[in-house]
Amino acid sequence: MPKVALFIPCYVDQFYPQVGLATLRVLRRLGIDLDFPEEQTCCGQPMANSGCAQDARPLAERFLKIFGKYESVVAPSGSCVSMVRNHYAQWLGEKPDFDHLRMNTFELCEYLVDIARVVKVDGDFPCKVGLHMSCHGLRELRLGRPSEVMVKSFNKVRFLLSQLRGIELVDLTRPDECCGFGGTFAVNEEAVSCLMGRDRIADHEKAGAGVIAGFDTSCLMHLGGLIRRQNKPLRVMHVAEILEGAKLS
Amino acid sequence: MIGHAEKAATFVANDERVHWHDRALWFVRLKRDRQAESIPEWEALREAAAAIKAHTLSRIADYLEEFERNAKANGIHVHWARDGAEHNAIVHRILAERGVTRLVKSKSMLTEECHLNPYLEAHGIEVTDTDLGERIVQLRHEPPSHIVLPAIHLKKEDIGELFHRELGSAEGASDPQYLTEAARGHLRQKFMAAQAGLTGVNFAIAETGGFVVCTNEGNADMGTSLPPVHIACMGVEKIVPQTKDLAIFLRLLARSATGQPVTSYTTHFQGPMRGGELHVVIVDNGRSAILGQETFRRSLSCIRCGACMNTCPVFRRSGGYSYGYTVPGPIGSLLAPLRDPSKFGSLPFASSLCGSCSDVCPVKIDLHHELYAFRQELVRRKVVPLYKRLGMAVMSAVLARPWAYRLAGSLMRWAMPRLPRALVYGPWNLWGRQREIPPMPRESFRELIKKEAK
Repeated sequence: MPKVALFIPCYVDQFYPQVGLATLRVLRRLGIDLDFPEEQTCCGQPMANSGCAQDARPLAERFLKIFGKYESVVAPSGSCVSMVRNHYAQWLGEKPDFDHLRMNTFELCEYLVDIARVVKVDGDFPCKVGLHMSCHGLRELRLGRPSEVMVKSFNKVRFLLSQLRGIELVDLTRPDECCGFGGTFAVNEEAVSCLMGRDRIADHEKAGAGVIAGFDTSCLMHLGGLIRRQNKPLRVMHVAEILEGAKLS
Repeated sequence: MIGHAEKAATFVANDERVHWHDRALWFVRLKRDRQAESIPEWEALREAAAAIKAHTLSRIADYLEEFERNAKANGIHVHWARDGAEHNAIVHRILAERGVTRLVKSKSMLTEECHLNPYLEAHGIEVTDTDLGERIVQLRHEPPSHIVLPAIHLKKEDIGELFHRELGSAEGASDPQYLTEAARGHLRQKFMAAQAGLTGVNFAIAETGGFVVCTNEGNADMGTSLPPVHIACMGVEKIVPQTKDLAIFLRLLARSATGQPVTSYTTHFQGPMRGGELHVVIVDNGRSAILGQETFRRSLSCIRCGACMNTCPVFRRSGGYSYGYTVPGPIGSLLAPLRDPSKFGSLPFASSLCGSCSDVCPVKIDLHHELYAFRQELVRRKVVPLYKRLGMAVMSAVLARPWAYRLAGSLMRWAMPRLPRALVYGPWNLWGRQREIPPMPRESFRELIKKEAK
């Protein structure tokens, strides 16, 4: 069985190739033998999110066919991984190799911490960073403790970033409120979506962040789009881009 | 039909008020967090509550009949109503037979759902809502905008103006203490004059035939201990098997709802008071139909705490009225289209599916997953507009073919920077109204990876 497959979500492939490259480099520096299956396109989330199950289904089936043969699959997106883990069963539940795929598809930070067992991050990032805990990674994959849930605190993303020299992870008033992207919600409910985004940005600004870091490029595309329209002195960055220069062990 | 998005946009347009609304509800969410944190077994309580509800729903008919037997033995009159119309007719008959023309009510979302007030008023009965928030919206001829905080959309200044006009309080008054006193004096007269009192039911207990009503203002107790007739209206899902189950639910309810350890008044009714009458009306009104749908039946576990509304980033920024249904917010976005999918078809889409509702829910309803699933239901029923369904079909066809996907991507990346801005950011571009489209890279990841050294 080939080892690890890289899944680069469609919009990351087309609009944010640097996030894909950063992911690739982070994983390769760990000595992981990576494969990028070229037939891959999209996990089907936009259709599923819109209720168009019949249009999402063929993409789920393709996904299984392409990625089912790998030991594990890694993607720089909490949301697309959640699609595989939490929503594919509707179409693929009966397929014999689906369980393997479902249990071995990982979001990048999750993979680094839980599977690659990274304990040390050696690198510099002298910036004030606001961490955006995108909802699907947080509440569907449990990359950290959501503020609603009364269990012991943990946060896999923060665990990685906080080790960088010079980084200051700022405290937000609302540590895990949704940014309002929400897939098709971003255009279906444009007014509320943008207000949610503006409020989120204001929270990061108030906390003094210079960079908004996240593990879901979709949320960052939404926040970044608002920031650029308003010419604010803030940057959005994917966690992979921040970890790219560091040595992980 | 105006959907949620349009109504929400109107609410969002008033920047000052929308932020005030957001902060007021977030404050309640934080109070809830502090209470939940103080209970080490909080998550175990949620698990237990969800399990008790699931069990009860699996044999609800048996428990309701057990309740009826025990309630009757306690001297309670039990009535069954198939729908809202039957419920209203039963309540009216009880009142009319006893010559009641003045009724005081404590909060009951079920009677809102059945539109009881206008029905009784049309039959010549004066109905006074005695919960302060409910009285405020009643005087404004509005429905509640939140199930626990009915007047949360109003500021104290709005209420001062209303009370000045309706109750004759001082003009320009906005001191909450003063306004509450004004309402108290006004309501006291209504309580004294009432011939019957109506309440909702928070929990009905099968093994005892008794029930529990939770309020913070004591208005339910005033309304049921002064007049001789008490009518309590409950949806079938309010049933719990045993008294000891209350030890779970009462710990969760007020903490989740308002961040209090317990409601100020938790009144257990076991039978009529001496010389009085007690009636319980058990209402189905579509609930059995929901019970029959495996994917959505967990929505019947709801104990109406409102926590999903307080935590919902969309509700806080769109207000209760944007949902157009008695129960708004995430749980309402399920219950409303379960009742009428074409009328409330926009509600399951009024969510970013952030999942905060599911994590805050004291009975662990997987709200955002049910909303996600209901979207498929709406597509199957063709409630989602054709152009949206077609758009997704085209997108899927492209994405299923790597060559078409690569071509579409290259075309977009090539064309976007070359097109005039006015064309790209025309009124049809909803993304671009307030947001920039990301800058287009020359090459995609799949092109760049080929240049990357192994």
